[in-house]
Amino acid sequence: MENLGALAIVLAFTLAVYSVAASLAGKWKGRPYLVISAERAVYAIWFLLSFASALLVYALLTDDFRLAYVAGHSNRDLPILYKFAAWWGGQEGSLLFWSWILASYAAVVVYTNRRRFRDMMPYVTATLMVTMAFFLLLIGFVVSPFKVLAVGREVIAAPDGRGLNPLLQYWAMALHPPALYLGFVGFVVPYAFAMGSLITRQPGDAWIHTTRRWTLVTWGFQSAGILLGAGWAYAVLGWGGYWGWDPVENASLLPWLTATAFLHSVMMQEKKGMMKVWNMVLVSATFILCIFGTFITRSGLISSVHSFAQSPIANYFVVFLALLIAGTTWLILSRLDYLKSESQLESVLSRESSFLFNNLILVASCFAVLWGTMFPVISEAFTGEQITVGPPFFNRVNIPIGLFLLFLTGVGPLIAWRRSSLESLRRAFLWPVVGGLATAAVLLAAGVRHFYALMCFSLCTFVAWTIVAEFYRGARAIRNRMGLNWARAVVELTHRNTRRYGGYVVHMGIVFMFIGFAGAAFNRDTTVEVKIGDSIRLGAYELKIAKLDEGRNPNYSWHHAAVEVYREGRKLDTLHPERRFYFASEQTTSEVAIRRQLNHDLYLNFAGISDETQNAVIQVYIFPLVSWIWIGSAVLFFGTILCLIPSKVKLQYARTEVVGVARQQAPVRP
Amino acid sequence: MKRYSKFAILIVVIIGSLVWLALGGINESKTYYKTVAELHEMGDRALAKRLRVAGDVEEGSIVRLGREVHFVLRQSDLRLRVIYDGAEPLPDTFRDGAQALADGKMGEDGVFRASKIQAKCASKYEAKPGSEPLRRISRTM
Repeated sequence: MENLGALAIVLAFTLAVYSVAASLAGKWKGRPYLVISAERAVYAIWFLLSFASALLVYALLTDDFRLAYVAGHSNRDLPILYKFAAWWGGQEGSLLFWSWILASYAAVVVYTNRRRFRDMMPYVTATLMVTMAFFLLLIGFVVSPFKVLAVGREVIAAPDGRGLNPLLQYWAMALHPPALYLGFVGFVVPYAFAMGSLITRQPGDAWIHTTRRWTLVTWGFQSAGILLGAGWAYAVLGWGGYWGWDPVENASLLPWLTATAFLHSVMMQEKKGMMKVWNMVLVSATFILCIFGTFITRSGLISSVHSFAQSPIANYFVVFLALLIAGTTWLILSRLDYLKSESQLESVLSRESSFLFNNLILVASCFAVLWGTMFPVISEAFTGEQITVGPPFFNRVNIPIGLFLLFLTGVGPLIAWRRSSLESLRRAFLWPVVGGLATAAVLLAAGVRHFYALMCFSLCTFVAWTIVAEFYRGARAIRNRMGLNWARAVVELTHRNTRRYGGYVVHMGIVFMFIGFAGAAFNRDTTVEVKIGDSIRLGAYELKIAKLDEGRNPNYSWHHAAVEVYREGRKLDTLHPERRFYFASEQTTSEVAIRRQLNHDLYLNFAGISDETQNAVIQVYIFPLVSWIWIGSAVLFFGTILCLIPSKVKLQYARTEVVGVARQQAPVRP
Repeated sequence: MKRYSKFAILIVVIIGSLVWLALGGINESKTYYKTVAELHEMGDRALAKRLRVAGDVEEGSIVRLGREVHFVLRQSDLRLRVIYDGAEPLPDTFRDGAQALADGKMGEDGVFRASKIQAKCASKYEAKPGSEPLRRISRTM
């Protein structure tokens, strides 16, 4: 069985190489049947990889411990969900998963475009399949997921697997890697179309129109992946944070930043024909950073709390990345003539300029994060000493960037294209600005002195106000014209231009998340050694230790506390923080207890047992507003989905061109 | 070109202030990464700098005294006594024999005062580093 799986991967690799060769040769020699056969190879690869994946999942579900991968990442008692999740739980399996997603995406792309873009598609297929071949090379020949355990020539089976790391046995962690991969891998599609359009010297923006939806879907998955990871860190790791600027976290943030910049700057190209080179650079940078992110998490290049063990695949990645960067740079430089801007910037007070600064700042943030992440490597190359920079560096740079972005979120959508008059600015922004200032004044009066937090809350009011005002104005017009009630009018309004109003909803989600981030300025905590009957005070809370006990079961031993929560003498709740020691993996984990509320979370962690006194050490945290991050995430996804729903009224842009196969058709200019 | 001068000025101001913030951030949080052996070689020079020391946690050396946690980091036969008194709870991966990173400063008494501890599991996903008898006897297919 494992031979079949390995064979399927090797066959898929051969087909990927064939597909690259056939589509290029077919294009150059003008042989359409070669191009078609290259596209059929893409479907075949999908079937082969689905088969290989099914075999691996079957082996995981049936506890086939002859396979090194199954023995390393599963065990008999593992719940079935996590047995399935072990497919992407380790290096070999996750690379197979990566390849399978890529194959699925490629099959969808080839199928949906089978009659369109005949010019460009051979290159799109070739680009996708080069990436495919690279990953299949890794799992086919370097780190095979179908390795068996053997002594001499005899295959043996381990009695039981080593199991999945207990920290990972949490629902968000089963979903975090697939979401992130769907986002990482997905960016290959816009990239492939961008390259295809560059190679064939397409005059228009066909690649942008075609890939807009891809870009949004993959961006949504990236966001979901990042936020699920943050949610997991908060609820499982026991230090109460959701983001620690760890290299692996940063690796997932980098392509998200450039992707966000890309989502905004394509609007400039669609509407004004500007920033064409820039968009090429952004889409390429995003894809390259996705590969780079996979590389960082897989290679142990940078010492991280949770990087993978040193592995032989690092060199392959370096070569692939170098080729990608060199190839893309050369292509863009040699096609600069085709990427001329069609209009120019006119005024600092314009929509164009707000996009420009949005992009500048996102890319600056990406650069800063990249610089900080790579600092140990850079400093070692230049000074011979490994110097790391910590969260203070990242926070110092990124907090002002975040606030400036938040500001632009409010300004951008309302400011006019080309140039704005002071009168129109006043009309659009007077009340939001008053609202923002009033928020700051109220908070100042209430004794808040934290500068960034004040700025943040004030900007949040400002942005939220502008968004609500936009919905209100639009809905009022529709309501008056069509006689609908408010709720129906808002739905109708959104449906007419889902991209615009969905975008506003996404912005609203970002506002909620910023409210949550700002709450971190007011975190409070205390660590106390306690015995039964003791009580802890933090803020308005009084916590009484009602019970402390310990025990063991076959899987782990545990210390457990029952803590009664009182406020103003009234009992609110009983929380149960626990500390476990798993025998199989010899690992300690904390089961934190969180009382989630909209205004703040009460977070209890059983930190350990003092060796001197044998008392329990309990950590108590109050995290203000943290729930708003998760609420904001939900709003953000909802908004992303809205953007994906086709608008009721077909959007008419000032400039629309049909290119590709329909070249004989005259350009449509409504 | 005059039209672009306003943009140029704004861009320079933004980039400039970010670079200024970044440099400040680097200086504030610059940490030298050393192994226990390299730290021993540094001698007194180690006192001023913020350091991150890597080593293995000595078996049975972890002692919890109130808010402080005492332990010993070792690299082959070199040992370094560490006192951790930071606010964050110790990571779950921190245990006897684990690879740990201690962030902090060297005290003049030769005891390292750590304000942050990271313990390295070999991977986010890989179950356990080190004890891998399975892998040694494995071969492809």
